[in-house]
Amino acid sequence: MNKVLKEIRTSALSALWMMILTFPIIVIKVNTINMTVNWRWINLMWVGTGTFILSWLWRYLLDRKENGSGLKKTDTKESRRFSLHKSLNDKKMRIPVLSTLAVLVLVLPLLVNFYQVSIMTSALIFVILGLGLNIVIGYGGLLHLGYAAFYAMGAYSYGLMYLYWGIPFWVALPLGAVSGAVFGLLIGFPVLRLRGDYLAIVTLAFGEIARLVLENLSGFTKGPEGIAQIPRPGFITKLSLQGATIYLFYICIALVLFTIFVMRRIEDSRIGRALEAMSEDDIAAQSMGIDLTKAKLTTFALGAIWAGMAGVLLAAKTTYINPGSFTLMESVMILVAVVLGGTGSIPGVILGAFLVTLIPEYFRALSDYRMLMFGVALVVMSIFRPQGIIPRVRKHYIVGEDQS
Amino acid sequence: MSRIILEIKDFSMVFGGLRAVDHVNIHINDGEIVALIGPNGAGKTTLFNCVTGVYKPSEGDIAVSNPESKVIRTNGMKPNNITELGLARTFQNIRLFSSMTALENVMIGRHPKLQAGIFGAIFRDKSTRTEEKQVVEDSLVILKKLGLKQYANEPASSLSYGAQRRLEIARAMATEPQLLLLDEPAAGMNPQETKELDDTITRIRDKEGITILLIEHDMSLVMSLSERIYVLDYGKLIAEGSPDEVKANPAVIKAYLGE
Ligand SMILES: Nc1ncnc2c1ncn2[C@@H]1O[C@H](COP(=O)(O)OP(=O)(O)O)[C@@H](O)[C@H]1O
Ligand SMILES: [Mg+2]
Repeated sequence: MNKVLKEIRTSALSALWMMILTFPIIVIKVNTINMTVNWRWINLMWVGTGTFILSWLWRYLLDRKENGSGLKKTDTKESRRFSLHKSLNDKKMRIPVLSTLAVLVLVLPLLVNFYQVSIMTSALIFVILGLGLNIVIGYGGLLHLGYAAFYAMGAYSYGLMYLYWGIPFWVALPLGAVSGAVFGLLIGFPVLRLRGDYLAIVTLAFGEIARLVLENLSGFTKGPEGIAQIPRPGFITKLSLQGATIYLFYICIALVLFTIFVMRRIEDSRIGRALEAMSEDDIAAQSMGIDLTKAKLTTFALGAIWAGMAGVLLAAKTTYINPGSFTLMESVMILVAVVLGGTGSIPGVILGAFLVTLIPEYFRALSDYRMLMFGVALVVMSIFRPQGIIPRVRKHYIVGEDQS
Repeated sequence: MSRIILEIKDFSMVFGGLRAVDHVNIHINDGEIVALIGPNGAGKTTLFNCVTGVYKPSEGDIAVSNPESKVIRTNGMKPNNITELGLARTFQNIRLFSSMTALENVMIGRHPKLQAGIFGAIFRDKSTRTEEKQVVEDSLVILKKLGLKQYANEPASSLSYGAQRRLEIARAMATEPQLLLLDEPAAGMNPQETKELDDTITRIRDKEGITILLIEHDMSLVMSLSERIYVLDYGKLIAEGSPDEVKANPAVIKAYLGE
């Protein structure tokens, strides 16, 4: 009984606090024509009851989470075994599941209209971006908030190289990757000594600087007006708009598969282990002979390659680029995809990237509130499921007991 | 006379106004087991941190000689480069990679001895595959040497305290050091484990030929293991010599028992 009273009091206090806080915005409305003030008291009541209920619900969920995890802690080992067991079983399921998925993806452009294909292509580009950022954040443990700058680098490589030298898509794609990597190294050098929050702030600044340079170097980059009429990739001959969109969709699918392949190879290698060690404890890693300078630069370059490629794909898809596509908001959205999906987890990041791109597309009505929505989602996730929707399952080197 | 592996000359470390280590001279000969003792806060860990490059020494010289007897001044060198000169360490406050298994921790220690780069990772050519197989085998051998083989697949964080300390030694040994620096390896161990550690350290020196410098508070372990002892108090070296000499030294008795 006492507990309920306490809950009521806490919720009531939160409601009161919220009512005071929002009072000037939601109650007072100045009518500037008649020079009168409308007092909308009814709004205050809504805020009050709303906050009261939400606050109660929030604490109920928190309570449940805490008690729930207390139960789970006793048998973590058991559950670890179990999930390992499950993933072993999954291996048998893998081939049918994957082939169904492959067939679905291949025939998708024939089933849906061309607008849907275009949206899917955007989502796939975002998947590549997310997986690239995942190298930096998930594997290297470096919080990077200027990732859109690498993205811009790729897009502008194609845009500018086409503008000045008429270079085609297929040449621009690897060059975009290379220029992304070079730019990654350039940003990597000055931030080598920084960690955590400092690194985040400086990379954020670099991202903005890159965008401002693109905006203001108008003689070279055409400034804010951007570069238009970048060609879509042609297949032997020039394709129709429809054909080119579908073709690009397949290119994106192929590149996503390529990205996943490379990620998995990196994860399971000497370099991957070094990055893992660095992100867990950089002093111990260094004492074990891992060169942090090299590891960090590798991380940045490896992460930037994919952003560079994604940039070229974006330029080819939209045929038009301007600095406005590479704002801080873009970096944040990529970060949201990674964190929401599951930092370090390849399927998680893929899911995250789809969520972040497709929800605003399919729920147009919500798209004005998307930042609010993702913000709320992040807060909720970081409290209830900080590892992301599909948490990372680290692959371990398992050795048999019978081995010498 | 045997080769001097590590020579610390007139070395000081200053944190703000605090002289954590004050004009200290230490040398370690090849093949010795040397202990560094002293009350808490004496500056022992700070000395380790400077020798291994975690901190840059404020004053003085630290020099390491490599197996070809070439003397290299290490002041200001990065920890990974010092590791490559053949110095490896453990940490007083255990710093294992806790999400990795015991085996993977040791595999990290093998890092500087491996070649595979980014292209090896992606294309996984023959030499990379052989190397990866080799590193697992080598790491298992090291685990076995420290009696940790049965924990190879266990996450490092799930091991007992004593096993974690031994795993730190295993990880350091994976770098193939000539000098192993152990920071309170017996802390938190029960008498049985301490006894085993005594044997293990002796074996590492005798069988692997690795020189040992250890910080330790367990006096019986220090006295039975070490051939020479340095005593540090408030950053100053107050005594050095054989265990018997140090035990009889009035300055040492005073530092440990107070006035
Ligand atoms: N990074 C640091 N910054 C400031 N003071 C430090 C730092 N590291 C150690 N000290 C100080 O140096 C002194 C020696 O510490 P330490 O070397 O850890 O002692 P020991 O290992 O002998 O117990 C202590 O007074 C400690 O507070
Ligand atoms: Mg200490």
